[in-house]
Amino acid sequence: MGEGGITLDALLGQLLLGLVSGSFYAMLSLGLAVIFGLLNIVNFAHGALYMMGAYFGWIALTYLGIGYWWSLLISPALVAVFAMLIERSLLQWLYKLDHLYGLLLTFGVSLVIEGTYRYFFGVSGQPYPVPELLSGSTDLGFMSLPNYRGWVVVASLLVCTGTWFVIERTKLGAYLRAATENPGLTQAFGINVPLLVMLTYGFGAGLAAFAGILAAPIIQITPLMGNNLIVIVFAVVVIGGMGSILGAVATGLALGIVEGLTKVFYPEASSTVVFVIMAVVLLVRPAGLFGREK
Amino acid sequence: MTFIRRYAVLIVLAAVLAIAPSLFYPVLVMKVLCFALFACAFNLLLGYTGLLSFGHAAYFGAGAYITGHAMTAWATTPEVGLLLGVGAAALLGVVFGGLAIRRQGIYFAMITLALAQMLYFFCLQAPFTGGEDGLQGVPRGELFGLLNLSDDTAMYVFVSIIFLSGFWLIDRIIHSPFGQVLKSIRENEDRALSLGYDVDRYKLAAFVLSSAIAGLAGAAKTLTFGFATLTDVFWGTSGEVVLMTLVGGVGTLLGPVIGAVVIVVLQNELADKVGSWVLVILGAIFIFNVLLFRKGIVGEIAARFPST
Repeated sequence: MGEGGITLDALLGQLLLGLVSGSFYAMLSLGLAVIFGLLNIVNFAHGALYMMGAYFGWIALTYLGIGYWWSLLISPALVAVFAMLIERSLLQWLYKLDHLYGLLLTFGVSLVIEGTYRYFFGVSGQPYPVPELLSGSTDLGFMSLPNYRGWVVVASLLVCTGTWFVIERTKLGAYLRAATENPGLTQAFGINVPLLVMLTYGFGAGLAAFAGILAAPIIQITPLMGNNLIVIVFAVVVIGGMGSILGAVATGLALGIVEGLTKVFYPEASSTVVFVIMAVVLLVRPAGLFGREK
Repeated sequence: MTFIRRYAVLIVLAAVLAIAPSLFYPVLVMKVLCFALFACAFNLLLGYTGLLSFGHAAYFGAGAYITGHAMTAWATTPEVGLLLGVGAAALLGVVFGGLAIRRQGIYFAMITLALAQMLYFFCLQAPFTGGEDGLQGVPRGELFGLLNLSDDTAMYVFVSIIFLSGFWLIDRIIHSPFGQVLKSIRENEDRALSLGYDVDRYKLAAFVLSSAIAGLAGAAKTLTFGFATLTDVFWGTSGEVVLMTLVGGVGTLLGPVIGAVVIVVLQNELADKVGSWVLVILGAIFIFNVLLFRKGIVGEIAARFPST
């Protein structure tokens, strides 16, 4: 940090760190958008599923000796299966009801998950080591970037781009978009829409769990981590709107960066800046930056 | 006779409150009353206007903190402290409500939740809220400078009167022409608009009334227990008030009161015995209610006996 003002290095540094938290916002709001698109449910349990992803990684390492790279695959898969069970047993009865019931039900699910984890693991944070391959840091000239944080940004961008590609450019994605537009007609064309719905929920949950295991080495793993984050992601979703995949990703990244910059200029506001932006967007463009009203 | 019919519910409630302290621990009854009033205020929005505010703890907490601050820092009398708390909650309702009604349905719920979380972070950092500790040891003071409320019986009567007045006010709002317009907005917003009602103004008015009464509940809670903490503005508290209303019956006059009794007593009984499982049990009740019991206790009873 410079003496009087803010140095360019500090600025660029926070910009990069903001990009890291933006990567998490992007992945989580992308999952929320994909689920909302097909299921018409705002998945309050998203934060709890993110937390589960991180814990599965931690449990695998602590009790089974399974390392980071395997967890990166296994943890999202397990959480996806868990989520699909929830969709089949609970969510599927709500599709004909008001959207609000979906929010309330998934809120209940998130309480059950959080309470269970609190019972078994308490509320104190668990550390998770950075994988050896990504330990150390790279000197970028203006700052020394921990390799792991660089990897988070890269992995998140890969996953988000991959999701976009599958939905917008493949046959499966075309089915998905068709089912989002008109489920009845899509079903009439012989496409198994309930299966598609179940897989979509599982995929969104897997995405949350992937974000969770990605976050594990750079945060303290606690049962509270998910529900505290999800409220911010909701604000991100209100700002960006849930109508577009690229919109969700871009808004997530941008808000992470803004948050990073706030840490440089006015640290006291860094925890509230996303909400303030949400309020401004509601005043100026009520439908959200990428949203279509109704 | 019409007077008795008109105020039957209120008279029964007053009678129950008169005998409750001889059967239950008065402080527990006072806690139930504060949360019952909070749930009734929330129900005015969800049950009668069709707006799900998922951040109602903001107004409850605003009332709690401002009253606590007024009583400790400015040493006001309780009635002035209450009024300031209610005023602060109403003001917050104007700002947050004005923002939230710009979007509908599920977005409305997310916006209210996010704004409440903003207030939570504010309370965590603001100089007068005591941060993580909150405001402790708030005096109850002397009502109008005459009646010392540190006596539990006096406080009980005071809280009962606050609750009954709030309940009566909500009853009046619901049954007024204004309340009829709110219900028409709940049933069909577009039609209400096409009939010439300025829907946004009605929604905002309902929002501000609801947040003011929620603030009153929070303020009464601070006076009763002598503290205001971050729990009062936490999203978990917002969730609890949704649950109380859902359990008792959304859109019924008595439902939130019954729901508050059930949830507060449940938490009180379970807190020491099962620890974190309380959260699991609350979540399970949520799931059960949404899937199988959407009318709630009072709603189900009313559906069984349509004549009453």
